[in-house]
Amino acid sequence: MEEKTYVEDVDRSVYDIRNEEGDNVYRIHQGLTKEIVMKISEEKNDPQWMRDFRLKCLDIYNDLKLPNWGADISDLNMDEIATYVRTNTKMANTWKDVPKEIKDTFEQLGIPQAERESLAGVGAQYDSELVYHNVRKEVEDQGVIYTDFESALRGPYADLVKEKFMTIIKPEEHKFAALHGAVWSGGSFVYVPKGVDVGIPLQSYFRLNAAGAGQFEHTLIIVEDGAKLHFIEGCSAPKYNVNNLHAGLVEIVVGDDATMRYSTIENWSKNMYNLNSKKAIVGKNSKMEWVSGSFGSHVSYLYPCTVLNGENSHMEFTGITFAGEGQNLDTGLKVIQNAPNTSSAVSTKSISKGGGICTTRSEVVITAKGENSKSAVSCESLMIDDISRSDTIPAMDIRTNTADVGHEATIGRISDEAVFYMMARGIPEEEAKTMIVSGFAENVSKELPLEYAVEMNNLIRLEMKGSIG
Amino acid sequence: MSKEILKVTNLSVGVGEKQILHNVNLTINEGETHVLMGPNGAGKSTLGTALMGNPKYEILSGEVSFKGEDLLEMETDKRSQAGLYLSFQNPIEVPGISFANFIRSAMEQRGEKMSLWKFKKALKEKMDVLNMKEEYAERDLNVGFSGGEKKKAEILQLLMLHPSLAILDETDSGLDVDAVKTVSTGVEEYHRTQQGALLIITHNTKILDSLHVDHTHVLVDGRIVAEGDGSLVAEINANGFEKYMTK
Repeated sequence: MEEKTYVEDVDRSVYDIRNEEGDNVYRIHQGLTKEIVMKISEEKNDPQWMRDFRLKCLDIYNDLKLPNWGADISDLNMDEIATYVRTNTKMANTWKDVPKEIKDTFEQLGIPQAERESLAGVGAQYDSELVYHNVRKEVEDQGVIYTDFESALRGPYADLVKEKFMTIIKPEEHKFAALHGAVWSGGSFVYVPKGVDVGIPLQSYFRLNAAGAGQFEHTLIIVEDGAKLHFIEGCSAPKYNVNNLHAGLVEIVVGDDATMRYSTIENWSKNMYNLNSKKAIVGKNSKMEWVSGSFGSHVSYLYPCTVLNGENSHMEFTGITFAGEGQNLDTGLKVIQNAPNTSSAVSTKSISKGGGICTTRSEVVITAKGENSKSAVSCESLMIDDISRSDTIPAMDIRTNTADVGHEATIGRISDEAVFYMMARGIPEEEAKTMIVSGFAENVSKELPLEYAVEMNNLIRLEMKGSIG
Repeated sequence: MSKEILKVTNLSVGVGEKQILHNVNLTINEGETHVLMGPNGAGKSTLGTALMGNPKYEILSGEVSFKGEDLLEMETDKRSQAGLYLSFQNPIEVPGISFANFIRSAMEQRGEKMSLWKFKKALKEKMDVLNMKEEYAERDLNVGFSGGEKKKAEILQLLMLHPSLAILDETDSGLDVDAVKTVSTGVEEYHRTQQGALLIITHNTKILDSLHVDHTHVLVDGRIVAEGDGSLVAEINANGFEKYMTK
């Protein structure tokens, strides 16, 4: 066990670099009151409608109860969370203008390099605000908008943003959606015009450096008819011994004959409450794909939702969740098939180890309008030891007789025979187990861009260190 | 040719409450070809898997030295790295790991690092020897391989990993005539190009056609009951094990 501690200390270091908060950091008083919400709104120079909206959300937040299911979040005390922390710097669009200590952090995480090599545009958020945003000129020339959310509120698409903001996920949906509405800051707005295929991905990277703080970024993506986009989101934070909170919101509108893929690799530190919401509304003949890797956080609630509102639309979800010691990760998805001939295909994998808890929830709703729709859900779990836990909770609500719906769930362990077989070829036990776990996760990693697949395999390797002996 | 590579002394092995091997003695020298024969359930596979260090089997007593070192003290991966190879009777399917990557990882554990290009070239050469389609290299390890392809895959690893002693556990069982011929070509290639020693566990003598057998051991009820040179194989082929079983 000693080796494990040693290895984790060393290997997590790239995520654990923390920068001391200096004098040039603005940090709002911790807690959640009307005054604090007003202050954030003032700091951000909100338009009046947004200020009113924030206050309405605060009321809704105060009225709603915490969920009475899922992982325990009673330790999360909003009075101890600072909802807005900003380094006093202007957002840059070249890396050399980003303050040095922040730039170093992102460089160690490989962000600017990935941009140079394989991305159409990059946004980097540090605590509550974006510190960097850039999009390739040729992408911009096609009319693609990729900007920080504050600019979007004032830019040429201000009316569209106002029309859509928190209408896909309404503040009444749950307590943390309302919280988000009250204190949100940062995030991105993406607009892909009709018929434009953004051939290479756009990426946002979220880094929460401040201890005892919350990150509430808002992402709104609009993909018009016949357009195509791949958006990647990466998250990480250094480890503190106080609670941090992430309650971001992602709202996606996909037109007709369009394709949207949303990929996430989340590696929050293990003092993070990750209470994130994502939802996509999809038009006819369109395709929405989710690729999701959840590795970090202390507690997660994460269930991307897809509403298939157009006929012949399709949703695909590929996800993996890895819960280690001290982690309770409640993940899954929801799909509402609300038009004829829609289909959904879901493959989730979960790995639990060292007493970690994975819960996979899937909810498939096929409404009366969803004639001849199909859904296939497969949930596989792998338990590394006897002290860990894995639950699969499927729900189905089918309102038509013509639907074709299937669900299968399996739970397994690393087979001793497979480990012996691999060792008999000279592969040490720990390496063999790591390879088996990576193999289990392979259907997700092959969906990711190369550098993310590499990062994911490194995370698995890191988690499997010291898993024997 | 007479340097000792494996020496098994009074080895007894059990699984659960049951003792399977009783005081087995066996010595194999570098480059020699040995055959282990015996009726079903005699304990032949147990000997192979116990020598490889399968944790399901318990060593009750006895000693095993491999190249002068105490084999029983070594973990399975170290036994492999030291040059011992076991071809499994039922190779295990491992999803998500490509066959080529698996072999490459195993080679790297032996300190054999080579460029991807060189590795692919070497792999292709050996696959050609075994009439294996190239696509198998990119498929998941043993997943969905036919019985014959699994056995060929075992021999391919044998050729890539350069062990000094290979135990082949019924590598020829369940194969059609052509596949036996192919597998036997691979084994012959290993023996000829790498001067590797062999302990072949078999019911079928076709696989031995292209090999010169130095020594034959007959195992019945967990005991070695007869030893001889290559001619013993033909004798057993003609008369079976009956005379040893009634003893």
